[in-house]
Amino acid sequence: MSGASDVIIVGGGLMGSSAALFLRGHGMSVTLLETDLIGRQASGTNFGNVRRQGRAMHQLPLANRAIAIWRKSRELLGADVEYLQSGHIRVCYRERPELVGAMEEYADQARHEGLDLELLSGNALRDKFPFLGADVLAGSYSATDGHANPRLAAPAFARAAQKLGAIVHENTKIVDAQKLGEDFVVTAADGRRFRAPILLVTAGAWGNALSSQFGEPVPIMPRGPNMSVTEPVPYAILPAVGVMTPLEEETVYFRQVARGNIVLGGSTRGPSFPDAYRAYVLPQNTVSQLKQIRRLAPQLGKLNIIRVWSGIEGYLPDSQPVMGPSATTSGLYYAFGFSGSGFQIGPGVGETMAEIIAKGHTDIPIAPYSVARFAQ
Amino acid sequence: MADPRIIIVGAGPAGVRAAEACVQAGLRPTIIDEGRRDGGQIYRRQPDHFTRPYQKLYGTEAGRAQAVHQAFDAIRDRIDYRPETLVWNIADGHIWTAKATAQEALPFDVLILCTGATDRLMPVKGWNFAGAYSLGGAQVALKSQAVSIGHRVVFMGSGPLLYLVASQYVEAGADVAAVLDTSPFTARVKALPDLLAMPSVLWNGVRLTQALKRAGVAVHHGVTPVEIVGDPHDGLGGLRFRDRGGTERRIACDAVAMGHHLRPEAQLADLARCAFAFDPLTRQWLAERDGDGRASVAGIYLAGDGAKILGARSAEASGRLAALAALADLGLTSDTGEMERLRGDVATYARFARGLARAFPWPAQQAAALPDEAILCRCEGVTAGDLRAVMRETGAQEANRAKAFSRVGMGRCQGRYCGLAAAELIAAEAGIPIEQVGRLRGQAPVKPLTIAIGDDA
Repeated sequence: MSGASDVIIVGGGLMGSSAALFLRGHGMSVTLLETDLIGRQASGTNFGNVRRQGRAMHQLPLANRAIAIWRKSRELLGADVEYLQSGHIRVCYRERPELVGAMEEYADQARHEGLDLELLSGNALRDKFPFLGADVLAGSYSATDGHANPRLAAPAFARAAQKLGAIVHENTKIVDAQKLGEDFVVTAADGRRFRAPILLVTAGAWGNALSSQFGEPVPIMPRGPNMSVTEPVPYAILPAVGVMTPLEEETVYFRQVARGNIVLGGSTRGPSFPDAYRAYVLPQNTVSQLKQIRRLAPQLGKLNIIRVWSGIEGYLPDSQPVMGPSATTSGLYYAFGFSGSGFQIGPGVGETMAEIIAKGHTDIPIAPYSVARFAQ
Repeated sequence: MADPRIIIVGAGPAGVRAAEACVQAGLRPTIIDEGRRDGGQIYRRQPDHFTRPYQKLYGTEAGRAQAVHQAFDAIRDRIDYRPETLVWNIADGHIWTAKATAQEALPFDVLILCTGATDRLMPVKGWNFAGAYSLGGAQVALKSQAVSIGHRVVFMGSGPLLYLVASQYVEAGADVAAVLDTSPFTARVKALPDLLAMPSVLWNGVRLTQALKRAGVAVHHGVTPVEIVGDPHDGLGGLRFRDRGGTERRIACDAVAMGHHLRPEAQLADLARCAFAFDPLTRQWLAERDGDGRASVAGIYLAGDGAKILGARSAEASGRLAALAALADLGLTSDTGEMERLRGDVATYARFARGLARAFPWPAQQAAALPDEAILCRCEGVTAGDLRAVMRETGAQEANRAKAFSRVGMGRCQGRYCGLAAAELIAAEAGIPIEQVGRLRGQAPVKPLTIAIGDDA
């Protein structure tokens, strides 16, 4: 046996790393196991939106919990993850006037969940944010949303957990997990075995491989985000900007980092290959993304992109994660399949899972994310 | 296959000879090239209405340059030639091109990558000041536009290009303040058996150094660069180095051309998902290929300095050989005696290149010794100390991991200029072999791509 602890966490993304940190806060011993290096796939390659608006209403309590952690991240982590509360705008185009009503309705409901949104006409938006294109009909501005650097966040949570005593094993691919008596025994590809009475699966697109071993398969689909970044230009765009639309191709977003580069994301997602541990940006998706970006902010057409990237994300059919206790096995918990929108809520997921594991309950509503919804 | 679609990337000596072989087999290949004219970097053709003669432009290689240009001119009407066009990505049997804002995806059956090389650079404190150029950049300024990079130029680094460009500057009438070679003279003696693989080229090199000395240029061997002195406003004003006896010296200059041999431009092979292997002699990762240029991915062929730095003469041979291999694989020709002869030629050039690598070694220790305040990654302004601090804080020891945390290699050049030195610094700092640091994964676009791509409005 290579190690015994109170909790084994399989999957070193943002969910697993933050859960490890908060479990240490509850005084539980934690072993965090990661196939590759911490935060290298969905957690490290996403857009970096720390955005509450646009989330399903039932996710807002979780998102509110997360925002409190983002705001104190520097002190909590002892590291700068480039979190900026610089606002977020969600816009819709002239062709879809019906979305203005949907935005108003969302803002009304969100206010009850503590999220204040300001609705602005296209012209009012362009006065405030002159880079927006003529196609923009209206928008919803959230002053308290923002963005952070995904490359830095999950590793910073894992390092902070380590400093508090969590054991972190990178390059540890898990091939088997079983419950033997009171304990889970988790076996790595190289034969190392880890034992604990509690197992938390935060394995993203690989989550189904473990949940299936406990009779709870979920229809997870691996995909990859479509990301680009420009050369640095003077820092002028504070809020992150995204498009509300029913069409995946039109769904683009951008943000400028303080260093000056503008990160572009969205339009059609690409394939990803969990077994090969690679995801590729398809060139046609880059071309369609840039076309949509020109529509959203025409002046960006004057810039160059210098790099594209993707990573492995796990999507579920209803775009909601699997989060909470197993329905078959006591001591087993899940938090995976965040369907391309887990970054903002990530630290809140970690804190909530730690609370459920340590205290047995949480006030955060998690019923919509039950694994049982996929039971045959 | 009735009408195989052959695409050659690069119109230097390898690409031209590859295309010529395809045309001779009755095919119409496509050549895509970033340059405005054919010839590549080494045989770069001067702009229209420039009238310098071949001898003046290419020196001892005038005959070869002219022959490659003539070969291109002869097939010009029988190929689909696309100059000033960037291949920015490869996926699913298509290359993706950009010419200004025009974008196209071209299918291929055979892709011959003749993508050439760029300078391999060893950072020196102050190399970020205006006036610091690569040897290749200094040569392009002279070859293309007939201008010098400064009034008083120091050439620093190692390798044949150091002496070639310095002597070209002398011949053009520039003020060459000094040639500073980091390799000790004794290394050349040890490398002599391999260098004798090509006696005439070796002799050309000896004559270059003699010409420099005749012109009164100070040539120092076994130097250690200390600092390029300058300021952000006025650019560089001088250079400090230690001579082989350890005495520090200072030279006033307003430009420095620096470099240590070349490195393959292998991004397209990477995007085509070719396998790479570590080459211990040059301490670089090279795309794997067989003796004829076949990459690990079917239908992809690699030739010229883009595959491995063997020089322009080898590029002509390996370009033709790769094309003949592709034609044989398509069943259009058979493996003839010519292929055997070309393999022999490439082997000779490879022996000579091995000699050069030993005679003018890459000073890996210089990266390890880079002072903390020196800029390592110029695009992102990351210092050696920044990278060391990130390694200490995060434990990162792998090239892509260190890039993700420190931004080294994350900028406009995507690590072309700093990546190899950064890997040396990481290896030294972590106390691990350089191959364990790995290599920076290539990402599209190969060069910056306009967001206006495909905008036909």
